Amino acid sequence: METVACPACDLLQLIPPLPPGGKARCTRCGETLASCPSDPIDRPLALTLAAAIVFIVANTTSLMDLSAVGRYASTTISNGAYEMWLQGEKITAVIVAFCAVIAPGAYILFMLTVLLAVRRPPAPHWVSELLRWGKAMQPWSMGEVMILGIMVALIKIAELASVDVGIGMYAIGGLVVLFAAIAMTFDPREVWRRVEWADGRVPSRAEAREPADAGAGRWRRPP
Amino acid sequence: MATTALTAAEAGLVSCETCRLLSRPAGGADPGYCPRCGGELAQRHHHSIQYTWALVIAAAICYIPANVLPVLTTNALGSSESDTIMGGVVLLYRTGSWPLALIVLVASVMVPLGKLVALSYLLISVQRGSIKDKHDRTRLYRLVEFIGRWSMLDVFVDTFTVALIQLQPLMSVEPGMGVLFFAAVVVLTMIAAETFDSRLIWDTPNSRQGHHG
Repeated sequence: METVACPACDLLQLIPPLPPGGKARCTRCGETLASCPSDPIDRPLALTLAAAIVFIVANTTSLMDLSAVGRYASTTISNGAYEMWLQGEKITAVIVAFCAVIAPGAYILFMLTVLLAVRRPPAPHWVSELLRWGKAMQPWSMGEVMILGIMVALIKIAELASVDVGIGMYAIGGLVVLFAAIAMTFDPREVWRRVEWADGRVPSRAEAREPADAGAGRWRRPP
Repeated sequence: MATTALTAAEAGLVSCETCRLLSRPAGGADPGYCPRCGGELAQRHHHSIQYTWALVIAAAICYIPANVLPVLTTNALGSSESDTIMGGVVLLYRTGSWPLALIVLVASVMVPLGKLVALSYLLISVQRGSIKDKHDRTRLYRLVEFIGRWSMLDVFVDTFTVALIQLQPLMSVEPGMGVLFFAAVVVLTMIAAETFDSRLIWDTPNSRQGHHG
């Protein structure tokens, strides 16, 4: 049993031991408090490795090919952002590059490092920093929005020229599925159980049954 | 399960934003750092209401040029034609793909506007200390959080249209200033949804004084 406060409404409640595949929801607001995937480290690790490969394919192959009046053009993801930059919309180019390439790439990289590092607990403390950054990247990684955007662009352009879907499009589709699967099979609580605490304690000896002291000056992160 | 409903704040505890560990905050105004993950602790997001208002107002200002300025300019055989976001929707509708027109209309026009209205309503109801409809307001907040990213749709449509149609001198498409403002609306409202602290909806007026604002 573990006491947690609901992140959405702050209500304190106990999380009972969950069966594999089980979920605990907040009794007041319904927020998911905990889930218990059956293999919370190795399965997401395998999926993240697959995502890394698919990510490389998605970024190096063409998304769509166009032919019109004897001319031919194709584009990749980074090409799209780069063309925006060339056309003078530099801030938009940076936003597109961030949401389409940097955020998903960083998410894969951080998750891969975290999942590899926690396979042999206790994992060093910098792992928690990476997990924090990985979590921060999640809302900004917009594969599924991009795929719909490309589809709309394709249909608009199909009025003017003949367009073909490239391998890159399928790769992004695969990436969207893999990202959803990573989120479903991963349990951050399992990572926190394996990471060395900021105050130097080792997880096995510092079980979170009782609320710990936030230092009260005993421990402070160096400024 | 808890027999008496007590929040972490009422129990004198603070829950870490990152790793969710409950800890006893350090005394004084600054609750200190999480002993497990080292993240900065806060009872509620710092200045949640002011920051969220600032971002919502900035996004509302950007929303006007985003809709008025052209997002794409098509140059073909000496003539050029500029399209705003609504223009793009109308174009899609006219060319017969009304499901796509509807998707773009919802994602680009209705969702950003709906987010601004929803966030303003959440902020005002929290500031007035409303105790009504807490479940519905939490649900509304979740919807805003979930749906926000989809507004980026039009930015991607424009980016890939521009990237592909560069067949000089026959035909080319240039991005307009509208895209920048539109992307700004999406980014600002996404950050606003993150700075808003949904726990404020559930705080009772007397438990709120300590960390409000």
